[in-house]
Amino acid sequence: MARKVSVDISRRGGNTQNGAQSCPGCKELLSPEELRRNSMICPHCGHHFRMTARQRIELLSDPDSWNEIAANLRSADPLEFFDLRPYPDRIEEAEYDTGLSEAMLTGTAKMNKMDVVLAAMDFSFMGGSMGSVVGERFWRAAEEAIETRFPLVVVCASGGARMQEGILSLLQMAKTTCAVELMGEIPVPFITVLTHPTTGGVLASFATLADVIIAEPAAFLSFTGPRIIEQTIKEKLPEGFGLAESHVRHGQVDLIVPRLELKERLVQILGMLEGGVACALQPLWEEEARRSGRGGAFAQAFDRIKALAHSPRRPPQG
Amino acid sequence: MPTLPGVHLKDEIAKISQRLKELGHGRHLDRAVWDKVELARHPKRPYTLDYIEHMFAGFIELRGDRCYGDDPAIVGGLAAYQGRTLMVIGHQKGRDIASRTERNFGMPRPEGYRKAQRLMLLADKFGIPVLTLIDTPGAHPGIAAEERGQGGAIATTLMCMAKLSVPTVAVIIGEGGSGGALALALSDRVMMLENSVYSVITPEACASILWKDAGEAQLAAQTLRMSSDDLSQLEVVDEVLPEPRGGAHRDHVAAAKVIKDALEEKLRELETISPRLRKKERFEKFRRMGVWKENGLTLF
Repeated sequence: MARKVSVDISRRGGNTQNGAQSCPGCKELLSPEELRRNSMICPHCGHHFRMTARQRIELLSDPDSWNEIAANLRSADPLEFFDLRPYPDRIEEAEYDTGLSEAMLTGTAKMNKMDVVLAAMDFSFMGGSMGSVVGERFWRAAEEAIETRFPLVVVCASGGARMQEGILSLLQMAKTTCAVELMGEIPVPFITVLTHPTTGGVLASFATLADVIIAEPAAFLSFTGPRIIEQTIKEKLPEGFGLAESHVRHGQVDLIVPRLELKERLVQILGMLEGGVACALQPLWEEEARRSGRGGAFAQAFDRIKALAHSPRRPPQG
Repeated sequence: MPTLPGVHLKDEIAKISQRLKELGHGRHLDRAVWDKVELARHPKRPYTLDYIEHMFAGFIELRGDRCYGDDPAIVGGLAAYQGRTLMVIGHQKGRDIASRTERNFGMPRPEGYRKAQRLMLLADKFGIPVLTLIDTPGAHPGIAAEERGQGGAIATTLMCMAKLSVPTVAVIIGEGGSGGALALALSDRVMMLENSVYSVITPEACASILWKDAGEAQLAAQTLRMSSDDLSQLEVVDEVLPEPRGGAHRDHVAAAKVIKDALEEKLRELETISPRLRKKERFEKFRRMGVWKENGLTLF
């Protein structure tokens, strides 16, 4: 890891002519195919490169189980925003470059046969910034989770609110918070995975409101951008500032999960939150119970929990 | 830029690119927007404690987040209001150098937001309505603040405001800067003083990101549409409150009266609704925020 880690949010490796990148972790030259095959992880040092939303969905959902929802939402230009170029131009370019319709994709999917509502953000679409469409998609994903009682998993990667939609972007923080609160009233399990980088308005709204907050190794997480902090305190940031590991130490994140274990872990945690449904730890527990000779009572209690959780209509509250 | 020796085009280029920017924007710089930004930041503008002094017969400040410390950039407490109690929470700036530093220019740290949450929950417990006064350039940017969870503190404050079953009214009294301001503004009614501003980012920061030049702040302020008129058009605020002639700093007492009257009206509206319905309407209000196209149609 470089000394002044956090300043380069995009963490681009040096590109060479054939598209090979040098790994920022170990400087090893990696071809795009090699990276893609390895879930965008450096095979030499384990550095996690950024993933696109589509790659993320592929990583987390069972084959052919992805079903996109709210796909036909597109950004409007309510402020008629013009900096060096008009906002619709920027959107068009981002759509063209990424092949995505917005910075977040939402849908239903199966994870190890478990039904979930899944959302993935993409940093390459205008810095993963949250505008009206991201907010509305999040809302619809939460609605879907409430209706179906499927848990919601959101993979975050964002530079914050989208400046080009001005105040309306800011208010997406309030909007997504309300959606989280509505899920909490049911309650539907809600997990976020914070990937590199998750900052600004996304970090300060739904990303940190989840029941369980997971981070990817070395993901940079910070409300204020590193440059602004440096300008304010007028010194370089300490090594490791804002990285997932530091956030775990400071009690802001539940756990760090390497990318290749992510799906497995998500299924385990969701299962346990739902009181044992599809709980991947079950064999382990039974083993434990048998050994300590408490098999009967323990297994009975476990079965009751399972039966309750399995009951087809757990009544909605309120 | 390669030029012939002795030929200096720097000034010319600067002039033309400035003109291009203006033309590109389709309009000239409108001085009125920047005037409002300056008024919103006016050093004599009334701050939260000034309004509290002029609006309420009595006020007891409650301090501390019970976890880490007390953040002087956010003040809050119980106010005596027409024979009943209000919980008033707001950002607080300082007047002189010492108090400005102490109040950290109205930029809260996580403990400030956690204090706000504590006070809101206290108000909720006893059925006391919550008034929030917003006036901050933004949440404090700093290493320690990040380590104590600045993002999470703002998020949980938003969540706390979403949950409240008592009526909530927010008034933007000066600068409504980004998430640090919004954290106290997820309310049933959001109002704004005429010469206050509310935006996703400060115009200076926006200019340095988009135009790579903090000097373009005036253009950024206009482009971001951060004035009260713009926000009322965008239906982000429910009402714009007129200030005394020349601005709130000219007459603190009159400015406080304006807020007090508006507050009375909004509370009367809100208190006729059941807590459950109020919460539902609050959620619907924020659900509507945003503009997008669906199947080609633009929706508000």
